[in-house]
Amino acid sequence: MDPQAIRQDFPILNRKINGNPLIYFDNAATSQKPRQVIDTLTDYYTNHNGNIHRAIHTLSSEATELFEKARERIGKFINTTSPSEVIFTRGTTEAINLVAYSLGCGNIGSGDEVLISLMEHHSNIIPWEIIAQCKGFTIKYANINKDGTLNYDDFESKITKKTKICCLSHVSNVTGVINDIKRVTKAAHDNNALMLVDGAQSVPHMKVNVRDLDIDFLAFSGHKMLGPTGIGVLYGKKEILQKMPPFQGGGEMIKNVSFDKDQCNISWNELPWKFEAGTPDIAGVIGLGAAVDYLENLGMNNVFNHEKELTQYAVEHLKKCNNITLYGPNDLSQRCGIIPFSINGFSSHDTAAMFNEYGIALRSGYHCAQPLHQIFKLSSTARASFYVYNTKTEIDRFIEILGELIP
Amino acid sequence: MSTVTDYVSRIEGTCGAESDVIVNFKYEKKDEVIANILKKAHLKNTLAGIIFELTFEDRSFRLYTSGKAIFRGFKTKTELMDFLTKLLL
Repeated sequence: MDPQAIRQDFPILNRKINGNPLIYFDNAATSQKPRQVIDTLTDYYTNHNGNIHRAIHTLSSEATELFEKARERIGKFINTTSPSEVIFTRGTTEAINLVAYSLGCGNIGSGDEVLISLMEHHSNIIPWEIIAQCKGFTIKYANINKDGTLNYDDFESKITKKTKICCLSHVSNVTGVINDIKRVTKAAHDNNALMLVDGAQSVPHMKVNVRDLDIDFLAFSGHKMLGPTGIGVLYGKKEILQKMPPFQGGGEMIKNVSFDKDQCNISWNELPWKFEAGTPDIAGVIGLGAAVDYLENLGMNNVFNHEKELTQYAVEHLKKCNNITLYGPNDLSQRCGIIPFSINGFSSHDTAAMFNEYGIALRSGYHCAQPLHQIFKLSSTARASFYVYNTKTEIDRFIEILGELIP
Repeated sequence: MSTVTDYVSRIEGTCGAESDVIVNFKYEKKDEVIANILKKAHLKNTLAGIIFELTFEDRSFRLYTSGKAIFRGFKTKTELMDFLTKLLL
């Protein structure tokens, strides 16, 4: 994989920020978009825009074809059994909300338990807490170790016969820790619990095979994997999705609505449309399809290895710097391309602001994972995160600036 | 008569226990704002000539030449606005 060649596909990387070439290290928040995705969006709106599934005319037909072909390609990307297991949402957050609300309305109630880890993004905590308050089920939280890795013994010991679903991020958005999903999925299934995986930080960066992992749900976002904002995916096993009630009501998700005297009779549409109420983000789906094509072309193993190499390079050099503390496991085989750190005497926000003066984009704060920061007793962290277009030269510049600011 | 809003485009709270507040200055006014602040506040340190560590009325803050400042320790927005009024006007 040649990052210099890849960079030619990303027009935004030609930008200067405060007079300096942009170095974009905020990929865990959102990724930049290649020309292929931008052109696909432009082509859709220029030549094919129409509402899907609802008309005979040519534009509607073309839009539907592009939309459903994208679903097929996205399904293949994560190795679903059928495209009908791919449900489009606004993002990871909405995908998890869909599962929490649907299962909460239909299958989980008082006396039941949901197991979540303490390393989760708020998106994988708050929906469950909201539904638990309505339905009266219990949420248990699994601990993490001092280095940010999951405490597997604690996780597994908290799965009981009452556990209906276990929820875990594949990769932590704060530390980059990669969780052993196969292991916890087996533990969940041994107790007849379902397994939901937050793939927001894994699907963009590594090969994720839902059938190999045997997970029941996978949620991920398009904008973190070179696609547009406002589009995401919920994968669910067909036989489970079929039993779940809809999440939102409206057009597209119903087969029939009729009145018999004062009685409204409704039958739901087939999968995946049962869970896609209203006009979806058609352009977003087609754009995400183009992003998947781009990543497939690079090869997900190449993407993973490139980021691994960058992480190793950055960590080795950062360890030699003064007044900087790195967080996360020392064993880099357990980590993706995310590096949380702090600089003595500077808040994470000052750190991000300082680097911005040099055109380097970092993220600062809790990264929507406040419980994890509480465990580490950290007020906040700065975070550098890498993707396909980042280079060792950019890391060298980052280290050089760090040396200038904090000698 | 000038007000703080003539110079400030956006005030954002941050997530984190520090309760930092980022004040973004209007692009077209940023040079004037920076010059004013450097006149009024006490300069403690400069980092690479583009980041200024300052104190004003016993409060420390950092000023960035791209047009923002990060403050902390304000309990209310009114307290911050009173401080900015004294600092900017």
